[in-house]
Amino acid sequence: MSLPKVDHVGEIGEERVRHVALLSRLELTDDEVGRFARELTAVIHHINKLEELDLTGVEPTSHPMPLTNVFRQDVVVPSLPNEAALSNAPEQRDGCFKVPQII
Amino acid sequence: MEFEPVIGFEVHAELKTNTKVWCGCPTTFGAPVNTQTCPVCLGQPGALPVLNGRAFEISLGVATALNCEIPRETDFDRKNYYYPDLPKNYQISQQFRPLGRGGWLDIDLGAEGTRRIGIDNIHLEEDAGKNIHPEGATHVDYSLIDLNRAGTPLLEIVSTPDIRTKAEAEAYMKGMKSLLEYLDASDCKMEEGRLRFELNISLRPKGSSTLGQKVEIKNLNSISVVLKCIDHEIERQTDILEEGGEVEGESRLWDEAKLVTRTMRKKETSFDYRYFPDPDLVTIVVTEEQKKRIAEELPELPLAKRARFAEQYGIPEYDAGVLTANLQMADYFEAAVRAHDNPKSVSNWMMTEMIRRLNEAGEDAGAADFAVRPEALAELVRMIDDDSITGKIAKKVYPLMVETGRMPSVIVEEEGLKPIDDSAIEPVVRKVLDENPKMVAEIQDGKMKAIGGLMGQVMRATGGKANPQTVQTLIKKLCGVE
Repeated sequence: MSLPKVDHVGEIGEERVRHVALLSRLELTDDEVGRFARELTAVIHHINKLEELDLTGVEPTSHPMPLTNVFRQDVVVPSLPNEAALSNAPEQRDGCFKVPQII
Repeated sequence: MEFEPVIGFEVHAELKTNTKVWCGCPTTFGAPVNTQTCPVCLGQPGALPVLNGRAFEISLGVATALNCEIPRETDFDRKNYYYPDLPKNYQISQQFRPLGRGGWLDIDLGAEGTRRIGIDNIHLEEDAGKNIHPEGATHVDYSLIDLNRAGTPLLEIVSTPDIRTKAEAEAYMKGMKSLLEYLDASDCKMEEGRLRFELNISLRPKGSSTLGQKVEIKNLNSISVVLKCIDHEIERQTDILEEGGEVEGESRLWDEAKLVTRTMRKKETSFDYRYFPDPDLVTIVVTEEQKKRIAEELPELPLAKRARFAEQYGIPEYDAGVLTANLQMADYFEAAVRAHDNPKSVSNWMMTEMIRRLNEAGEDAGAADFAVRPEALAELVRMIDDDSITGKIAKKVYPLMVETGRMPSVIVEEEGLKPIDDSAIEPVVRKVLDENPKMVAEIQDGKMKAIGGLMGQVMRATGGKANPQTVQTLIKKLCGVE
């Protein structure tokens, strides 16, 4: 499904809600789709307030802290035992995570 | 209408580090399932990734060797999608500011020289886990996931679509593999999935400069499979285009059992990855001094080594190319020559006896694991050079060296292959001459070609253990033509 990058100004349509739900593996009822369209539109309106600010000369920021070049040494630390790794798995088998079949 | 293929590659190389890219779990191949994981690579909430400095350093080396521009700042982004082998539900990759852009690889096309293939970008990311599909049972409705591989550093090298022929595709893949081995960046074992090629291929009318609809093909685990796949796709897409149809933009999988590609997913339903900068990782600043140091520390690369081999050892350009196409092979050659200084003969033995056997052993077979060690080959060549054995005996000894891994001197001793003493050769020559008066007469008439026939008989009679030079001298002397 291909959608325009932005729905017309400040609006989240039902089609976009369904698209995002699919990408997020969420199953929504028709009622929920309508409700999220209204609620997300309200959120977008709120965020759009920021557009009113004059940001000339302000660099885009993806990280709040002025930190660079954080590295780790390439040294092995012990891994979890198999049982611990699988301890939160809803289902397991033969030491593996068991999931619905992937073709 | 005649079509030409337009081919590009995405190379995925698992880097040769001790640990994963974001955590300290080991990356050993073949460990018991799910025993190389921790909260970070399991995608547990709250676990934080920290970049493996060695993985980044190796990546910069590859980018430098591929002539890429390395930006001052590079960072990591999240690529969001759901798949069971990706526990975080996003892959950490580099979408907006990859660590290398705009380089090239010169590929070796033999007699046609070299051709420059563009590199669009190089970025560092993480490998996913492994999906295991239970075999045998007919009504299986589940898959199993092993996350040992999840988080292994993966370098993706994206070429520009510059490749036009199958020969170029082969040279590109071999050249890339060779380079990664030279840089010690990756094990490059394709059977283990340590090095993977993803093929992008489209067709266009020959001479046209527009690009056709491309198809990408995954699941290609050897160079020969990629080449088969190129043939198949050219045929498939030609059929579609000739019937007036349109090639669909999609991902296809190679089916090795049927030797065809089949649809994996259509582009129209493909994922919208919603990339955004990963807030868990910080920007990496690469200084000019660091770039300079990395460039200075690069090892000798394949094309440079090839030129040096031809020059320094006086071997043919072609042989130098074969011996340097692979670092293990090149190191093997130099180790043997260090042990016995006869590069031409060492090269000949490698080019014939050794390469044939390695090829038979498969694409991943390397000189480093070959049963005949460089010192053993050097000893064999030395024994020929100082007449301890004949060339003919050496040909018998070599297969035994391959079989047993023993030194040639030991084999010659144990198998009784020592050459016969020169004094013992004369009676044999006399006997052969007595039995062949006609040939003796020919030789005395000046028809020297007959000497070859007599030599053959003497060699047979001595089981190849007579020194050919001695035999020839004796024949001439006893025929009175010396």
